[in-house]
Amino acid sequence: MTSTTAPGIAAGRLSADALAEAFADLHAPLDPHEVLVAADRCYFCHDAPCVTACPTDIDIPLFIRQISTGTPEAAARTIFDANILGGMCARVCPTEDLCEGACVRELAEGKPVEIGRLQRHATDTLMARQGHPFTRAPETGKRVAVVGAGPAGLSCAHRLAILGHDVTLYDARPKPGGLNEYGIAAYKSTDDFAAREAAWLMQIGGITLETGRALGADLTLDNLSADFDAVFLGVGLGGVNALGADGDDNDSVTDAVSFIAELRQATDLTQLPVGRHVVVIGGGMTAVDAAVQSKLLGAEAVTIAYRRDRDRMGASRYEQDLAASHGVRIMFNVQPHAIHDGEIALEYTADDGTGLKGTGETIRIPADQVFRAIGQTLTTDGGLMIEDRKIKVTGAGRTTRMGVWAGGDCAQGGDDLTVTAVAQGRDSAMDIHSALVGDA
Amino acid sequence: MADLTTDFLGIKSPNPFWLASAPPTDKEYNVRRAFEAGWGGVVWKTLGAEGPPVVNVNGPRYGVIYGADRRVLGINNIELITDRPLEVNLEEMARVKADYPDRAMIASIMVPCEEQAWKDILPRVQETNADGIELNFGCPHGMAERGMGSAVGQVPEYIEMVVRWCKKYYDRPVIVKLTPNITDIRKPAQAAKNGGADAVSLINTINSITSVNLDAMSPEPMIDGKGTHGGYCGPAVKPIAMNMVAEIARDPATRGLPISGIGGVSTWRDAAEFMALGCGNVQVCTAVMTYGFKIVSEMKSGLSQWMDEKGYTSTADFVGRAVPNVTDWQYLNLNYVAKAKIDQDKCISCGRCYAACEDTSHQAIAMSEDRTFSVIDAECVACNLCVDVCPVADCITMEAMNPGTIDPRTGKEVQEDYANWTTHPNNPGAVAAE
Repeated sequence: MTSTTAPGIAAGRLSADALAEAFADLHAPLDPHEVLVAADRCYFCHDAPCVTACPTDIDIPLFIRQISTGTPEAAARTIFDANILGGMCARVCPTEDLCEGACVRELAEGKPVEIGRLQRHATDTLMARQGHPFTRAPETGKRVAVVGAGPAGLSCAHRLAILGHDVTLYDARPKPGGLNEYGIAAYKSTDDFAAREAAWLMQIGGITLETGRALGADLTLDNLSADFDAVFLGVGLGGVNALGADGDDNDSVTDAVSFIAELRQATDLTQLPVGRHVVVIGGGMTAVDAAVQSKLLGAEAVTIAYRRDRDRMGASRYEQDLAASHGVRIMFNVQPHAIHDGEIALEYTADDGTGLKGTGETIRIPADQVFRAIGQTLTTDGGLMIEDRKIKVTGAGRTTRMGVWAGGDCAQGGDDLTVTAVAQGRDSAMDIHSALVGDA
Repeated sequence: MADLTTDFLGIKSPNPFWLASAPPTDKEYNVRRAFEAGWGGVVWKTLGAEGPPVVNVNGPRYGVIYGADRRVLGINNIELITDRPLEVNLEEMARVKADYPDRAMIASIMVPCEEQAWKDILPRVQETNADGIELNFGCPHGMAERGMGSAVGQVPEYIEMVVRWCKKYYDRPVIVKLTPNITDIRKPAQAAKNGGADAVSLINTINSITSVNLDAMSPEPMIDGKGTHGGYCGPAVKPIAMNMVAEIARDPATRGLPISGIGGVSTWRDAAEFMALGCGNVQVCTAVMTYGFKIVSEMKSGLSQWMDEKGYTSTADFVGRAVPNVTDWQYLNLNYVAKAKIDQDKCISCGRCYAACEDTSHQAIAMSEDRTFSVIDAECVACNLCVDVCPVADCITMEAMNPGTIDPRTGKEVQEDYANWTTHPNNPGAVAAE
């Protein structure tokens, strides 16, 4: 075994036991009594602010009341009716910015009802049961291609399947799940949850999964449009923005998303290398996920370098605090200037009202490994109109091409969250359904 | 520190907190520990007649109603009177009383409705030097099937008859414990007084089924697949008990009859409320069965602090103080007009007041786009439901309208004078105001 202070990029900085503990569930499930106490705190608000704050409009007071009366399965139905990925959303949603942030008890006491953990209790309970809780409507004979098996695609496919349509679900990767499977911190999706959830979801039937199929490679919109009655694109953002600094091509520089994907797919974390000194460039959730997991893997020092100030940071305050609690240092108002072997030069920034600019003053910090986490870009537009670097959509995800819908991170309108992708996929499915069979 | 010493029927106790006749007072071991913990008195677990003692079920005796976080709100029980030999109980009582002469010790008794049975047991109780007796005419389960307990308490004539026997064969105070399982509590209280009782104590437990086991399709507590009604007690029954206490306290036929208050007393405040309604002391059971004897420390300190704050130097200063303000509906002032008022600084915008008022009351709360909730005075009848359901203390209050102002609901001026239903023009039986 190496150690946290071993120089360079090395595997096995921590023991297998230590790693298992470090990557355990971030929020362990509530025990049965905790569930009842937590559920009892819900005021069952009228026209509840938490529901308004939920991108998928889950009827939160209703499902919590269902939990409190001993029917978590009914609660799960309430959740899944609105959000079929309610299990994952319970784990990864930035609830502090959404439902729990809007909870009246957050306003009253600074202690919101633990909606996320209650949602997890309900969804875990139902998913642990045999079988799938939904049944399909009679087959319509309509065929829909869903490209991308991430949150948007899975949500869309499931809803279409319920409505009786025949879905072919394509994904470029070997497993479905998209960022749920490849892109979020391991401690938010333990016990292979993303894969289990996708498999559970597919139990609805009527969905044929074809992996290793990518738009722009063997799939084209022309062919899909010819072969199917409708097409939904949920292809996500495949590219990573460049740093635009000297030394961007240094061996120490990698994409945070690749690092996270590798970590998520690793069967033995002791074999996964990580730098002694890690610097993550960026300020979103991906930056935090990469930084915290680097620390958990045994990096001695991890720094997030963000070019703007705290208030502009994409990662929520909760995520920032999570990083800090793991010993991650967050530097604000610094941008990469040059990457050298073993260190990075960061330039301070300031905004004088005409935009963010480097001040010319730099600081050098050790960096064996530098992660790019400054945003992802659309890599496949399929010939659709693009606006603000995303596929232009109107209404429930209608693209500029007849018969083609889009949702999730690749399309306009979301917040690059799992939960918004689920909402968009669901809403597109309903719109596709209307287009295919009419409103009647 | 206010003096909590209480004189009830000439029985002195260092505080008004007695333990009710129940499992906590079933034996010497418990009672000694209760006295060490500071309880002012005990009513010993009910004694039965000489001979083979009663038997209890060998399965669950208690059912429960929970509030949030499994807080015990109510318990029901199907336990009978003491299942230990009379002689054992009497010996223990005598020993304990000798060791704790400053504490009140009352013997609870339940024997058949025959004069001889009472004639037999009373002299033996006298020998223990107990301060008095309490006639258990209240237990609604088990013993009632045998013609005792509430079966006696439900027939005023029997009460009066038995009390007369007791006064004949026993020369210390006789307290009659009343059952609430009756339509008019004043009748048994009057009967007790007519028979010569020194006091009444109430309430005993209420007939109840706490829950139904939906798998076994049986009431709980369930004994081998079947259940029976038990006696309900604890915080849940306090409002029922206090009404019955007040009814007796203000009934001209029983006014002044000493009352020992029982029914969900869990804190000093509960005790103060019972006493304000006319109880000379209170008896506690469920609260100690839930938390143990130690709670009396809080009850003593709390009552003492409150008395100091109010300037009461003895419990007699406030016993019965609220009785004159308990009245009939017909005498409530119909000229009093209040309106709900929502403190926007305290409001957390949960909207419960809105849902309650909009769906079930008078549509008197408006909700704006930004979730500001405000009272529509022209619709508000001051029903208080919004106050009741608001999760924030003092966020919604009922504000009295000043005389001379116009009530926007009725368009009428608020009158300063008092006027009630008896003189109201809508009352067919109204008498013209003189």
